[in-house]
Amino acid sequence: MSFNIYDLSSFTSSIDKGLNSAMTPFWATALEFVIIGLVFLLFYAVVGLFLVYAERKVCAIIQNRVGPNRVGKWGLMQTVADLIKLLTKELIPIKRSDKLLFNIAPFIVILASFMAIAAIPFSKGLQAIDFNIGIFYIIAVSSLGVVGILLAGWSSNSKYSLIGAMRSGAQIVSYELSVGLSLLTIVIFAGSMQLSTIVESQADGWWLFKGHISAFIAFIVFLIASTAETNRGPFDLAEAESELTAGFHTEYSGIKFAFFFLAEYMNMFIVASIAVTVFLGGWMPLHIGGWAGFNHIMDFIPPLVWYIMKTAFIIYVIMWFKWTFPRLRIDQLLTLEWKYLLPINLVNIVLVAFLTLMGWYF
Amino acid sequence: MSEEVKNIIVSENEDYVINMGPQHPSTHGVLRLEVCLNGETVKWLRPHCGYIHRGIEKMCESLTYPQIIHLTDRMDYLSAHINNEAVCLCVEKALEVEVPERVKYIRTILAELTRLNSHQLWWSAFGMDLGALTTFFYGLRDREKILDIFEESFGSRLLHSFNTPGGLMHDVHPNFQKHIKEFIKYFRKKLPEYNQLLTDNVIFHERSKGVGYLTKEEAIAWGVTGPSGRGSGFECDIRKHYPYSAYDKVEFNEILYTEGDTFARYKARMDEMWESMNIIEQLVDNIPDDGHTAKMKAVLKLPEGEYNQRVETARGELDVLIKSDGNKTPTRVKFRSPNFNNLFVLNKIASGGKIADLVAISGSLDLVIPDIDR
Repeated sequence: MSFNIYDLSSFTSSIDKGLNSAMTPFWATALEFVIIGLVFLLFYAVVGLFLVYAERKVCAIIQNRVGPNRVGKWGLMQTVADLIKLLTKELIPIKRSDKLLFNIAPFIVILASFMAIAAIPFSKGLQAIDFNIGIFYIIAVSSLGVVGILLAGWSSNSKYSLIGAMRSGAQIVSYELSVGLSLLTIVIFAGSMQLSTIVESQADGWWLFKGHISAFIAFIVFLIASTAETNRGPFDLAEAESELTAGFHTEYSGIKFAFFFLAEYMNMFIVASIAVTVFLGGWMPLHIGGWAGFNHIMDFIPPLVWYIMKTAFIIYVIMWFKWTFPRLRIDQLLTLEWKYLLPINLVNIVLVAFLTLMGWYF
Repeated sequence: MSEEVKNIIVSENEDYVINMGPQHPSTHGVLRLEVCLNGETVKWLRPHCGYIHRGIEKMCESLTYPQIIHLTDRMDYLSAHINNEAVCLCVEKALEVEVPERVKYIRTILAELTRLNSHQLWWSAFGMDLGALTTFFYGLRDREKILDIFEESFGSRLLHSFNTPGGLMHDVHPNFQKHIKEFIKYFRKKLPEYNQLLTDNVIFHERSKGVGYLTKEEAIAWGVTGPSGRGSGFECDIRKHYPYSAYDKVEFNEILYTEGDTFARYKARMDEMWESMNIIEQLVDNIPDDGHTAKMKAVLKLPEGEYNQRVETARGELDVLIKSDGNKTPTRVKFRSPNFNNLFVLNKIASGGKIADLVAISGSLDLVIPDIDR
């Protein structure tokens, strides 16, 4: 088994080979499914907990506070302690709620984010499934989460929840368009929907820099629309603490609430990952054309580290939005999408098609 | 969906009525708003008060005048000092006592500090109402400095019944002037930060401009006073028009905005903070030294009759009406609290808007619920 931090495909393929030589291909594949599932489960929990911690620290910095610093070193165990608290809390049964849908909703939300992780290339060769329609798959799967949110709002038999769910539905359905269209610009540039191909196409420069103004516009639009799609501030209308107490998850308690909470953070991680993969070169190091020495130094930093650094940056920006901007009103939210982002996007797509046809990009 | 569930969600006349409060993050206390919605739009709303009714006016009837002061703290707890002052001024007026100049100056300074502290908390909470969560910490960071000044002189931070009829409980701390000057210097630097964070934000403009429109005529008709009324161009600053304490000795502007929307009310309060700092700066250096209290009798008995005093609290006009039969306790005490009137205009200006507007408007009226219920 060979382990090379710069190219993990040899590592993963050697595991695959080892398993195949030990058992029949069917069982080897089945075992791989289980291993990958477990790894993702662990990864999901760790990233979720870390992001909650990170958000607390980031908002603490923005708000002139210290943030968690009592439980464990630098408060690192705070989120773990919170998780234990949530696990041990009572699951309050809601009278006259639709029991089945009420219980199923958090799982749908979690499932949607869980499925989306599978297609994200974390490093060279570190990707669970490399679809030829990767982008399409991620958009399709991540938008399933809205079903869970709608069900949660509908089944809790609470008026606040219902309003929250309606808002969330209107919001996600609208912003899904902008997310899709802004990703489409890079699909046109790269000529592929396969995420690994898109990453490979950025070896000599990220699309954000290569794609002229249109990639830049697409990036900004994607950042706005994906913030809206993850129901985070300033687009957190579905939760809107000051208006709807907690929106769609008002009636949830204990670990079911934690699922929504975790899914929100994982969605943030996923949109940051997509932004990084599509616009910022994924795990590709920063290369500047002609600067051979500089490029060589950048190559020494492992792809996984590049990926984490870029994702952390995008996540920081999304958190920054949340803690400084006031919330939009529902009509302003829809106006922003349908009257500004969508037309900009459509024009941008035409521009990109033109640029690609003429070959006017680096 | 079962028939039972359906009946709960949709009432007979198809009105979608939700209760905002008594426990709700944006009502800042135990106010219950019965809100009828049509989708996201507010059709009408009905405020229900009484959740924190303590019968302060009735309790006053069995308490002596110095004791009443302590109850008035609990009405508008953010303008505690100004409430105290209102009763004190009323009693002093009835007894025809002339308080020392020092008392007048210190009372005015404290009233303005209270106003600053109240507006800071309002700004913090208003940002929260609109979803800008960081404002809360910025506001409270600076409010802490004022509370420290209070604590130093009075021992308490929020409800400091420091006024007594005839003067002050005791003299202020020797560092009083020094710390106030330090604070003003500090806050003059920090107030522009408020603008950077919230006032200049484009989303904030979208959320507040043209929302909750209240005309001058309506403001007068509903008795909306304070910065909320002045945001509609209603000249209702008691400090300017009926000066009391040391307000006749200072130069200050009555902040008037004529737009009448949420943003105008916001700006009126923000500008009042600057004016408060100007007033304090004019007074703090020339506090005379002629004692902290006038000579008062041990038991205060007001002569028979009705006595009235108006003051400007951080939220508007507070009137105190004391009816005395010549006993040591009043026969009847009536407070005309600003928030009560400000609350009931909410239906007028929030109907037809969105839920988010309702929250923004009620935030811009700066309601303090214990003052409504008393």
